[in-house]
Amino acid sequence: MQAAVSPGPGIRLDLVLVPTLLALAAVIGVVEAARSPDPLMVIQAWTFLACLLGAGVWFMKRYGGGIPADEAGAYQNDVVKAGVIAAMFWGIAGMLVGVVIALQLAFPATFSFPDLPYFNFGRLRPLHTSAVIFAFGGNVLIATSFYVVQRTCKARLAGGAWPWFVFCGYQTFIVLAGTGYLLGITEGREYAEPEWYLDIWLTIVWVAYLLVFLGTIWKRKEPHIYVANWFYLAFIVTIALLHVVNNLSMPVSLLETKSFSAFSGVQDALTQWWYGHNAVGFFLTAGFLAIMYYFIPKRAERPVYSYRLSIVHFWTLIFIYIWAGPHHLHYTALPEWAQTLGMTFSVMLWMPSWGGMINGLMTLSGAWDKLRTDPVLRMLVVSVAFYGMATFEGPVMSVKAVNALSHYTDWTIGHVHSGALGWVGFVSFGALYCLVPWLWKRERLYSNTLVEWHFWVATIGIVFYITAMWVSGIMQGLMWRAYNDYGFLEYSFVETVQAMHPYYIIRAMGGFLYLSGALIMAYNLWRTIRGDVREAGAQQIATAPALAVQGAVS
Amino acid sequence: MEGLNYEQVAGFAHSWGVLYFLALFALVCAYAFWPSNRKTFNNAASIPLQDDETES
Repeated sequence: MQAAVSPGPGIRLDLVLVPTLLALAAVIGVVEAARSPDPLMVIQAWTFLACLLGAGVWFMKRYGGGIPADEAGAYQNDVVKAGVIAAMFWGIAGMLVGVVIALQLAFPATFSFPDLPYFNFGRLRPLHTSAVIFAFGGNVLIATSFYVVQRTCKARLAGGAWPWFVFCGYQTFIVLAGTGYLLGITEGREYAEPEWYLDIWLTIVWVAYLLVFLGTIWKRKEPHIYVANWFYLAFIVTIALLHVVNNLSMPVSLLETKSFSAFSGVQDALTQWWYGHNAVGFFLTAGFLAIMYYFIPKRAERPVYSYRLSIVHFWTLIFIYIWAGPHHLHYTALPEWAQTLGMTFSVMLWMPSWGGMINGLMTLSGAWDKLRTDPVLRMLVVSVAFYGMATFEGPVMSVKAVNALSHYTDWTIGHVHSGALGWVGFVSFGALYCLVPWLWKRERLYSNTLVEWHFWVATIGIVFYITAMWVSGIMQGLMWRAYNDYGFLEYSFVETVQAMHPYYIIRAMGGFLYLSGALIMAYNLWRTIRGDVREAGAQQIATAPALAVQGAVS
Repeated sequence: MEGLNYEQVAGFAHSWGVLYFLALFALVCAYAFWPSNRKTFNNAASIPLQDDETES
């Protein structure tokens, strides 16, 4: 680590602190590995040490020979590149697990493995949700936020080696959480399954992320803080708050994996869903709205339709979202007034959500023709349309009378996926298609035709998925509440399960199509990174005049 | 919290809670529509387009 004390302007604090932090973490890892009576903790500790070793080797490679030349550049691009690759990898992994669990539901006899508890549905399901939300979505958010904050502040990413710590630390969290689920380690809190020690690790990583982001804004050369940065900041700060409060718990011992929540009963449920719904609101919405507010104007080459609307959008969205969580607990032990409060705020959310949607769509005014020629822009725009659809459906489902039918049924799963596949997935794909040529300095993508394929295959997949779940969910809800003339339930539970079988097959097909689309994207982006350009096919010839006109103008 | 019952909490939410949200909304709108901010916001709308992507 001599390079840490490189001659020149003096000691770089980040090159002392980051290795020290990694070394401290390694000491704790060694203690856990050596002393823990809990075999699961021993496995987690060794996995942790392996990840730290990887991070350490990477730091030595980067800084071992002195400060790398690119640290003097205007922008830090390498960590964004790493995030793009990580997002592609985790996205495919998470979607693949999703297809597997969809098949487990459709064909339980074929896809259940009684001798391998690791691949039980109950363990694979959180692996799927965490992989797609936190591993794929999280890496997209970290990468795009690092990219966008630099461009919109006209300043290099702050913190020197700290962004790399954020990247490596976050991947370490993902690997430990994912392998932990397979081993059966869980807090049993939806979307917050990792146990206490990983929660602490994520908190450290997240604080570093916040400081890097704030530090970059602090040294900005553009006086105005662009709206996308507000959304990113709301996402980072609120996730920190939600994560810490929801995970307040007491471990059985410092050497064991198991812990117990600081809350009990209905308070625990409300804390969990205050967290759970705001994970949707601030992770899956605010963060990705930041992507919308940067990438759609950039790609369409049009300014934001109404910057004033974006300000109203931001403040109303964040102040209303935080109250909507109780709608997950309708008709439970939660007091009636709290349920009504959650419902009311959910209905109110419709307005800022649609304000934002209109702002995103109208940014295309004067550039609508680009939808015909640019499949990437089309993907971004369709994502905003799905955002509008999901944020209309959500408030409807939060109304207690509707929720009485929809709750605990597949309708909820369908709603989540129209938001996740349509909005979060498509806006992420759009951002990745933009970022790869920009970051690797390529003229254009390897193939626009493949983007067209991705777009249509994934769209058909989403339509299969959500229509199947609508039919299945409403049917399930109606069957559960059906009584016969004598006042008995019309259907036994297993009959409802049987009736859902065809829809489960359609859902698995939809998921498979969506995964196929992501694989097409990975191939296309990989070839783009390599610098290949596909021969001009029919598609390119058709759009050639438009490109020629663009070329003449610029 | 001993002394607070449901009616008091609900009463507070129905009065001060509503005022708090209305005031907040008024502030946000005032900031967004303040005439002297017009130029800043019009420029801000094209911040994503200003970067030329040539530097690395």
